[in-house]
Amino acid sequence: MTVSDLSKQSGFRSLAMPFPDREVSGVYVGDLLSWVMGRANEGDLWLTIMTNVNVIAVATLTGVSAVLLCEDCEPDSELIKLATEKGINLLVTDKKIYEACLFVGEALS
Amino acid sequence: MGEPLTFHFDVDGDNFTSAGEASLSMKKNLRQLGISPEIIRRVSIAMYEGEINMVIHAGGGTADVTVHSDRIEILLADRGPGIENIDLAMREGFSTAPENIRNLGFGAGMGLPNMKKNTDSLVVDTALGVGTTIRMTVLI
Repeated sequence: MTVSDLSKQSGFRSLAMPFPDREVSGVYVGDLLSWVMGRANEGDLWLTIMTNVNVIAVATLTGVSAVLLCEDCEPDSELIKLATEKGINLLVTDKKIYEACLFVGEALS
Repeated sequence: MGEPLTFHFDVDGDNFTSAGEASLSMKKNLRQLGISPEIIRRVSIAMYEGEINMVIHAGGGTADVTVHSDRIEILLADRGPGIENIDLAMREGFSTAPENIRNLGFGAGMGLPNMKKNTDSLVVDTALGVGTTIRMTVLI
């Protein structure tokens, strides 16, 4: 499933989608950036509540297909701008992380 | 590839939000050189952790990357306070990062362990009050 399809199906709001056709090949959840850095796989959808700009660096380096900010963690405009610049798909939802995971799990299965 | 290629980066110690610039540029460079994605991933992760460490603990430093035909060498150098107990620093979960850094999602005590995990060799040379030099090698 592509990031764009997931966004449409789930209602996860798109804040930046420079690569709508990227395939979501897995899921990773985490807020400790170093932890995510060492464990998230290329193509994963990364669910987090972190919204500082370092999220974009970690997303770029790990090659995740998109970042899904959960629990209504609205980022500032700087993060959105950076996501667009660096080519990172950025979505947001008001769902709690667990609920968002359930939804994504179903959508991907 | 004949002569090794070298890349030099200054890591700005005052700007936490731009941390990662060197690793991101290096990732781009390696991609252009046709290095395999898995190697690029390992180099980027190790380098990013090192960069973050230099920003958090040492007020910045330098990163020099040399790409040989069979390996990539990363040399990180700073003039920070040095690492007091390297055995502890190598342990997952141990961190001396301050609270404000932890709130940003760092300081999980994964920096050096992640660097070790993603490289084929890691040598730390540190002296209290003088600085730290880290030499990492990733075999291609």
